[in-house]
Amino acid sequence: MTSSGELPINGNGDVVLVRQEVRAAALEAGLSLVDQTKIVTAASELARNALVYAGGGRVRIEIVRNGVRAGLRLTFSDDGPGIPDIEQALVDGWTTGNGLGLGLSGSRRLVDEFDLRSAPGEGTLITVTKWAR
Amino acid sequence: MTVPVDAGRRRIEELLEEHEEQILGRWFEIAGTMSGGHVDRGGAAVPFGEIYRALRRSLTGSEGGSDLRGLLAELSRSRARHGFTPSETASVVFGLKEAVYEIVEADGTPEALRGFIWFSRLVDEHGLFTFETYAAARERIIADQAEQLLELSTPVVKLWEGIVAVPLVGTLDSARTQVVMEKLLQTLVETGSEHAVIDITGVPAVDTQVAQHLLKTVMAARLMGAECVISGIRPQIAHTIVTLGIEFGDIVTKASLADALVHALRQSGVEFAEARSPRIAVRTEAG
Amino acid sequence: MDRVPVLKLGDILIVSIQIDLQDQSVLALQEDLADKVVQTGARGVIIDITAVEIIDSFIGRMLSTIASITRLLDAETVVVGMRPAVAITLVELGLSLGGVRTALNLEKGVALLNHLDGARLAVAPR
Repeated sequence: MTSSGELPINGNGDVVLVRQEVRAAALEAGLSLVDQTKIVTAASELARNALVYAGGGRVRIEIVRNGVRAGLRLTFSDDGPGIPDIEQALVDGWTTGNGLGLGLSGSRRLVDEFDLRSAPGEGTLITVTKWAR
Repeated sequence: MTVPVDAGRRRIEELLEEHEEQILGRWFEIAGTMSGGHVDRGGAAVPFGEIYRALRRSLTGSEGGSDLRGLLAELSRSRARHGFTPSETASVVFGLKEAVYEIVEADGTPEALRGFIWFSRLVDEHGLFTFETYAAARERIIADQAEQLLELSTPVVKLWEGIVAVPLVGTLDSARTQVVMEKLLQTLVETGSEHAVIDITGVPAVDTQVAQHLLKTVMAARLMGAECVISGIRPQIAHTIVTLGIEFGDIVTKASLADALVHALRQSGVEFAEARSPRIAVRTEAG
Repeated sequence: MDRVPVLKLGDILIVSIQIDLQDQSVLALQEDLADKVVQTGARGVIIDITAVEIIDSFIGRMLSTIASITRLLDAETVVVGMRPAVAITLVELGLSLGGVRTALNLEKGVALLNHLDGARLAVAPR
């Protein structure tokens, strides 16, 4: 993958694949080892969320630039049931599944920019960005 | 009166070729007066001829002006090193307009006048480019220095087998704290040390973010199987921590680095003998 | 699906995770370990994650669960070799791996188990 690409998330194997592709892209974007680990972990959480709550989705991986800084941007989208209360979904420990409820709130702490768009019945779009230090 | 841009451009190109020597001479003079009569100060000579020819190649040639950009970037950098301001460098480039204008005026054709507007815009672009190069070079130097400073100011030292320490000195910002902490954790792995002392005696103040970073480091070290002690918390910092409501929980804190070392040694199983009464050594000079 | 092998060394079970973990592998490991602890009567389990590049909340929760299960079966679990970047990320994520003992490396993990065992013997009524 060069600077942008889209991957499907349809099964558990895809979550592993997403992690590997995000790692490769993070390396290319020049993120430090810790920052690579953070964005890969966030990607793993969000990919699993798409799988568990929406039955699948896809992720766009792109390297972005802001002046001299490079960064990695991931866009997760699904056509699932959507999130009725976004505020609540971002609270630590809140879950409608059987997880720890750290997926969304935790991912937000691992990245520099976090944008969530969702409405009931309209799926969910999450964009996260991590900038090289 | 309308003159197609192309015709104007062609006329300027012709003039640039025909009057090369004259323009170069004038440019040199003009640039000299613009930068206060010391174009060649300290050996930062401007390669007027080379730049001029590269400019002409960029107009006609196929290499798209990368030669010219290279020369201008080099000019900007070398003059910056010799203490010229970026405006001084840019005005040297702008001087070319005046030199060419004199030729255009003498030529007097509508094509030349029309073309001059195009040429003037082109030179402005190149002048601004030297400005940008200057700013970019400056930024890089600052970034490099900041990084070197960060590396220098964060030593992780071994106190004992299995005990390492980070003596922090000076103001801690979020970025620096993060670097120190990553380095500390890495050292724990490399040296197989199960104890770490973070000494903040030399830190005048902490804010919420820095205190959070310290806490996170202690938690990360625990996840890795090592224990951290924080020592040298000044009264003001203790005050801040309590006022900000930061929970230090069960993290061990000690007044001094020495106390922290004793604690770490005890934890790693070192036994201390009771202090004995002072001994008086008597030495006899035997024959 | 790749299965993570469980090795037996004396009365300690050692698991060294060398692959990028799939959720099913994680769940399978959880079952395998519980079975093996009962089968062998092991008193300790060491999970070596030196090669693991990321731990997300799912894998983290699995580690906690394994520790709780083996404790019920009278065996302590020690997670060893967590990388600094992984530890920093887990803390940021908000995961504390409650109830999981940790050590810097395999050797220190074994030492910790022996130490715990000694302490347990010492307090046990004779």
